Amino acid sequence: MNGIWVVIEDRDGRVSRISWEAVAAGQKLAALAGQPANAIVLGAQTESLAAEVASKALAKVVRIEHPLLAAYTADGFTFALQQFFAAEKPDYVLFPHTYQVRDYAPKLATCLGQVLIGDVTAIGDGPLFTRQLMQGRLNGSYRHSGSGPCFISVQAGAFRAADVKPGAAAVTVFTPTIEPAQIRTRPSERFRGAAQTVDLGAAQRIIGVGRGIKDAANLPLVQELAAALDAELGASRPICDNGWLPMERQIGSSGQTIAPRLYIALGISGAIQHLVGIKGSQCVVAVNKDPGAPIFEAADYGIVGDLLEVVPALTEAVKAARQ
Amino acid sequence: MKIIVAIKQVPERDAQIRIDAAGKWIDESGLQYALNESDAYALEEALQLKEKHGGEVIVLTAGPERVGTTIREALAKGADRAIHIDCADLNKLDALGVARLLAAAVKPENPDLILTGLQSDDLGQGQTGVILAELLGLPHSSLILHVDKTGTGITVKRELEEGWFQLIELPTPAVLTIQSGGNKLRYATLMGIKRAKTKEVRVLPASDLAVDSVPVAVLERVSLPQKQKSTQMLPGSPKQAAAALVEKLKFEARVL
Repeated sequence: MNGIWVVIEDRDGRVSRISWEAVAAGQKLAALAGQPANAIVLGAQTESLAAEVASKALAKVVRIEHPLLAAYTADGFTFALQQFFAAEKPDYVLFPHTYQVRDYAPKLATCLGQVLIGDVTAIGDGPLFTRQLMQGRLNGSYRHSGSGPCFISVQAGAFRAADVKPGAAAVTVFTPTIEPAQIRTRPSERFRGAAQTVDLGAAQRIIGVGRGIKDAANLPLVQELAAALDAELGASRPICDNGWLPMERQIGSSGQTIAPRLYIALGISGAIQHLVGIKGSQCVVAVNKDPGAPIFEAADYGIVGDLLEVVPALTEAVKAARQ
Repeated sequence: MKIIVAIKQVPERDAQIRIDAAGKWIDESGLQYALNESDAYALEEALQLKEKHGGEVIVLTAGPERVGTTIREALAKGADRAIHIDCADLNKLDALGVARLLAAAVKPENPDLILTGLQSDDLGQGQTGVILAELLGLPHSSLILHVDKTGTGITVKRELEEGWFQLIELPTPAVLTIQSGGNKLRYATLMGIKRAKTKEVRVLPASDLAVDSVPVAVLERVSLPQKQKSTQMLPGSPKQAAAALVEKLKFEARVL
């Protein structure tokens, strides 16, 4: 009975939204398992971050602090957490499922002979952890077996940050031993890609194009619909990967997050990376030839069909309606 | 540069998913398979590095006999040889179990670089490459779009969230997980397909690698997702469906 630990990540010095969601998941698991929830902040200077977390219903907040943790490295973060968990022997460790966590949590779990159950969308009795398989077409229920800590990362949006219960936690400091030579990678400062000239985030109507377009030569069909609707054109990742539309028009976790009044997804299956980017849309329309495509789960209106046939009909109907 | 590319054969993207009788996995009968997408980008990066710096590209995969078609595809695109870990029940292993098999096959090869896709399109765990690095005692970096060779190792371009990037210097040997979109994928040429038939494919029975295969993360059951929203499906011909949709958008959702 050594508790549940939530590893917090910051965004520009503040607790990130997905980290609060991980805290909510930790508090839920604490209630299920009858154990206290605690949190960890890591870095070179963690005082203000710890203070922010300590105002929640947690038993302890630990500041794992070391000058070599100033910039994230997989080696540094793994060494630090491995030392802390070796002493603490937790039952559960929760992370927000971010790019950074994906980079080091599997390594940390391996060091301790464990396997991360990643990108979890729900926690049920058992506990059983649900995660998506087959690009969201299937759910899998996972159980942790074995004696070591159970490592979990939670998907963005799966738990509600607003559910985090307030309270007061005791703050302590843990200083790991890390030598400069143990850190094998040298990261640069982060930088932006090509200058963003398209702000999909502010657009009121957006059309997203996916693999169903089949060929770049079919794009004019969609551009005509966009013109008729006075909509911006966006795309799922594979379309930008192919160079059919510029990267700056990509919608999803690695591209832009949108919140239009109307979003029309054409030939997009609806992998989670895309769905997290369209969550803020008021009205979602999906056109896809596969009735089982996950995009229909997120849609208000759906048409099962080949977009190459549906789009020209839709363009005509929109033109007629807007005359 | 000696580069190993770990690839996976996965069900084709549009494959119809049916749950098997035990509710533990999908019914694999009649499924079509393809090379996992981000693994295709890992292979492309490896082939481009070889074209620039010379060396050898070895593809490594684990799975049953059917993965042979994916191996031939990789050889036809330009890989020099292949290692096939013959494993009939790959999906009974967790990510650590799979990485242990791969590590056992990689070790005697002593490569300079090991590349793999950032995640598989079927299980989507995105862990195999990172675990493999730890098992081999090598540094790693994930979500990589581009690799440059330097005097002492490599510099890689890593994708961060929300359109940010970062450069990372690593010594070699190292493990990289490759994000899609960094390169344009090549097609196999007729000559490549012909040559692939004569290239070496070494088959290693998984049982010979003697690794611990008891899963820590156990997949208990699979199920179809519950609908989050009540979706109105609009039936009929494309013309009828389009007309019905415009009506709804104009008078019900009021977004036109």
